[in-house]
Order: sequence, then C-alpha cells, then structure tokens
Amino acid sequence: MKAIAFRTDKFRDDFSFANSEYGIRRFPFPFHEDKYMYTVNIEPHTAGPVGSVFEFEIDVDEHYVAEMRDRALVLNEDPLRCQALPHMMMAQWDLVELLMTNMAKDYPDQFSLTKNGAQWRWINRPLEIDQTFIFGDPATLPYPPMEYITRQSQGDFCLIDQRDGNLWMDAGMVTTQADWSLDFDIGMNFMEWHGPVPIAHESGVFDRALKFLLNLQVGRPVRRLNWTMTINPRLDTSPENYHKWGIDRSTVNPGNVGEKVHLRVELQGLWRLPRSNAILFTIRCYLLRLDEMITVPKWARRLHRVLKTLPPELVDYKGLSRYRDTTIEWLSKFDDGAPTSAGIGPD
Amino acid sequence: MTGGSELAVRVSDVTSVAQDIKRFRLEPVAGPLPTFSAGSHIVVSMFASDRRIRNPYSLMGVGGASAYEISVLRTANSRGGSIFMHEHVTKGTELIISQPVNLFPINHTGRKHILIAGGIGITPFITMAHQLKALDQPFQLHYAARSQERSAYAQQLKDLYGDRVFLYRDNEGHSIPLEALLKNQPLGTHLYVCGPEGMINGVLKTGLAAGWPKESLHAERFLAPPSGKPFTVRLVRSGLTVRVDEHQSILEAVEAVGVNAPYLCRGGACGQCETAVVACDGQIVHNDNYLDPDVQKSGAAIMICVSRLNGSELALNL
Repeated sequence: MKAIAFRTDKFRDDFSFANSEYGIRRFPFPFHEDKYMYTVNIEPHTAGPVGSVFEFEIDVDEHYVAEMRDRALVLNEDPLRCQALPHMMMAQWDLVELLMTNMAKDYPDQFSLTKNGAQWRWINRPLEIDQTFIFGDPATLPYPPMEYITRQSQGDFCLIDQRDGNLWMDAGMVTTQADWSLDFDIGMNFMEWHGPVPIAHESGVFDRALKFLLNLQVGRPVRRLNWTMTINPRLDTSPENYHKWGIDRSTVNPGNVGEKVHLRVELQGLWRLPRSNAILFTIRCYLLRLDEMITVPKWARRLHRVLKTLPPELVDYKGLSRYRDTTIEWLSKFDDGAPTSAGIGPD
Repeated sequence: MTGGSELAVRVSDVTSVAQDIKRFRLEPVAGPLPTFSAGSHIVVSMFASDRRIRNPYSLMGVGGASAYEISVLRTANSRGGSIFMHEHVTKGTELIISQPVNLFPINHTGRKHILIAGGIGITPFITMAHQLKALDQPFQLHYAARSQERSAYAQQLKDLYGDRVFLYRDNEGHSIPLEALLKNQPLGTHLYVCGPEGMINGVLKTGLAAGWPKESLHAERFLAPPSGKPFTVRLVRSGLTVRVDEHQSILEAVEAVGVNAPYLCRGGACGQCETAVVACDGQIVHNDNYLDPDVQKSGAAIMICVSRLNGSELALNL
C-alpha cells in the first residue's frame, strides 16, 4: 500500500484545497458515457483496483486530517449536524465496529484496534488518539459512539432503521453535504426524504431501490456514485449555511472557471448492520477542480458533453443554472470532438 | 440478489431438548461466523442421497458468539429436511449454511414488546428476549406448547426472565388468553408471533379486532414448501425443462439443473424469488404470503420457493 501524505489545506477561508497528482488519477469520475440520466446504478461494494477509491470498503485518503478538522469546525458552530434518535444506540455500536475494524485492517500504519473481550483499544495515529473503552458502554467514550467514530472518519454517515416495510433516517453525522439537512430529514422515511428529487419518482426508481434495500444482506454492501458541482472547494454546502455559499454561484466568470468550479462526486455505500438490522448509508464527498480535471483529457471531453445534454430539471435540481453555460463554454476548449473510451477511468 | 455467500460449518454438539426437538450447535470450519440480530434465520443445506434440501431455521443464542445454534422439530409429513437433520446429522457432520438474514426484526421504536410462541416457534424469541433484556425494554413472552415434554427451553426461559414468561400447555387445558392480553396493552406496544399457521392467523385477527395498527403486529411464518403432484417447468430464458417431483419445490428443481434463481427465505415471505409466469396449462397453487391477492389471482407471477402447479406444464421467465 502507498503511504499516505496527509495534506493540511482548507475547504474554507483561503480555499487552499488541492489534489495531488495521485489524488487526481484516483478521483471517482462518475460518467461512464457522454450523457447522464438517473438509473438504479447500484453495484456490489467489492474490492476495486489497487490505489482506487474502491480498493477498500472504507477509503482513507490524503485529505483525511484536513476533513476531520473541517468537521470539527462545523460541529462547533452547529451541533445539530450530528443527531441520533434513542432507539438507534445499537446501530451506533454497529457503526463503531464496522469503521474501526475496516480502518485498522486496511490501513494498519495509521490505525489499530485491539480487542480483549468487550474492552477495545483504538489507536488513530494521524489524529493522535489512543482510546480504551468498553464496547457497548457509551459512558466509556468521550462522545456518543456514532459521533466518536465519525469525528474520525471521512464522509457523511446516516443510520437508517428498517420497519413497516420502509427505511427511516433516524441518526446521522452530516457535515459535508450537497444541500440537504439531517436536522430537517431526521425521522423521515425513504420516500419522504427523496421527495425533492425530480423525474426519478415518476420512473419508479425509488420503488425499485427501496425494495432492493429492504433485502440488503449482511456482508454484501453495495455502492453507487452520485454527483453535482460546487463553487469553491467547500465540503459544507448545507442549507443551514446557504447564506455563506449560495452567493459563490454568482462569482463564476470565463476567467475563473478552472479555479472556481469543482466536480463533486459522492461515493455512496450501503451496509446491512449485523447487530441492529439497521442500514448504514455513507456519503463520501470527493472534489476535483476543473483545472485539475483537464489534466485528464478524456474527462474534460466527457464532462463538456454531459453538461451540454443534461435535462433542464437536473440542471435546476443540482443548482447549476447560474454557471452552467459559462462552464460549458470554458470546457469546449478542451473538447476536440474525439470519441471517448468506455468506462470511467483515465485513458 | 441471490441467497448470499455460503458458510461451511461443522456440527459440534447435538442435544435432545424436548420430545422430537433437537438442538444443533454449528461451529465455523474457517474464520468467525458473522454477528446477527435477534429474529435472524439461516438456510441450512443438507445433502441427501438424491438431492440437496434447504430449510430455514431461526438462530438462537447471542450474536457475536463463536457458534450458531438452531433447534429442529422432527415433522413426519415434511419433505424430509427435519427427518434428515434428526437421523443423519450428528456431531462432526459438515453442513453448508447461508449468511444470516433477518425478516423478523424487533421494532426498536416499540415501548413494550409482546412475544407469542407456539411450539417450535419459540426459537426466534430466545435471542429476542435476550436482546430486549439487554436493552432494558419491557417485554412479555407467552409460550404455548402441546405438553410439558414438548415445551423446549421453557424452564430455562423461566429461570432467565422470571415473571415475564408465561407458559401454557394444551394437554393441561391452558391456552393463551389472547383477547384479554391484546385488549390491555399500552400504546406503542409491538406484538411478535411465531408458530403454526393457524395460531399466527388467530393472533393477527384478534389483534386487528382489538384495534391494533397492523404495523405493530409482526409474524414469522416460514412455510415448509408443501408437496403435491409432479409437473414440468419450462425455463424460457435458460432453454431448459425440468420435472418438479412431489416433495420438491420449483426452486429446488431449478437449482438442481444449475439455474441460479434469486432467493432469501425459501418460505414464501421475503419476495426475492418472485418469478414471472410466461404460460401455464393448469391452476397455480399459491402458497406464499407475499404476492398481492390480485397478482395471485391473475397468475402473472409465482413465488417458486413454496408455490406449485396443479397441471402439467408451467413456463417461467428464468
């Protein structure tokens, strides 16, 4: 495994966030063809190529330390980004077990987990944490179990209860979201929290996805990619902070597209949790500046074509209306009309 | 999604726990067994001389333990699975099991939980009672069996949970006072029933009549695939034709010729094996609890784990 050089740049203030060359090459580019439409694009979350974001069940990358700092800042200002209904305590422990076990197994240089019966010792070297606790006893951790481990894990985490033939958003840690709010959605069912999504309801996508997820099995996680675009490399584009980031969308001009506009990809994972029978839904955000993207000619060509043909409802829902045309114009310089190869990887 | 990756286990102990009921302890052949939640079952594969039999059994014991435990009632008129377990599975036998699946979970928003067991239907409640006690949730267990000799685990449950356990024996004239029990429960109570089909239907009917919301009534009903007359199934996509014997399910017959059909519960409950009917020259006997009555009536789909044909040939989209 490649050693990770953790970056310390920021997702706010000076927007110093950047990807290394290695980080660019492993970016999960979401478009497998030159156009985009909703599908139930769920596939088994099995091990992908070495070095890719799919190599391990839980991906830890060069932004780990910076993202955990950003999460702490968000929580300091708004503790309601992390909430759990009382019946979700067992699912919280499931989450602790899943994250600690996978991170220690796949990144032994960074993390270690030692179990002595119910007494567990967790060492997180990048964040300089050494914690001994009793698995199942919340009083032995400095935060409730979900908050404790998700302050040390990249991406957003939702714990979803299953009952009455539906799924319920009953706990979560959500600080890196694309304009949705846990505080608003908590306690809603699958159909309710997907209410705002256009087109997909009519085509029955959510009925099929729900039926599939109700039968999700332990040990067989699944994943899908979702995407949007973000102006400036902000992780926190929440409704709660819309007054801070909404205005960014009017700052794009032909001279700054490459620097301002980012493709934002969510690697979404779903696991059946063994102790609680709840489902874990993870939403891991990857950002790629368009200046970085054009170093991969295939991706620049393809994004240009996807944006040009995107249905108007999706342009509006994803919040691209203000800067889509400017971005297409800028990207056209990098699209010579050559055919693109199949698949999502660089040529 | 099919039945999931399979696990190899070795029987490390067989104990007679009541009349016609044996408990089997299953230890992993390699690596630890997955943790499971209360209400989960596994599907056990048995390799009889002429066929592979797959039966679902509830997991007992506690998730995270080093072995799984199941209990099997010997039923004379079954398709052979329980008799195979009783007569051919001994200490040292290796079996193939599925990953745990939970189709009978505790509703964790419940304020109180009423567990109702009939006979061998006690098995999922052994883990549920343990979990509810660990979560400090109020519960009652009402357990009816034909006689004391057939009341597996009754004394053990009484010792563990004391006055939360109520025992009833048919041969002593006891029966669960269902109406009184269901009329007098606080809002937010959830009820779980597992046992013979007639008992489940009676409990659910009484609950609905007493004004319970159907979302608060939960039943685990694994149906053994019933037997019937043999018939032929034509698999349109695979281009194969298979014969389904008297004591075989369509799913088993299809698997025997190497066609990988999706399944989870093998008991007509989960919906995974729903299959479109292309043509049919007789009457489909729908034995499942999954399809809407309208769909059953239309004959457009069949749950191949439990349902059959009363006729000569059925063509399926498989």
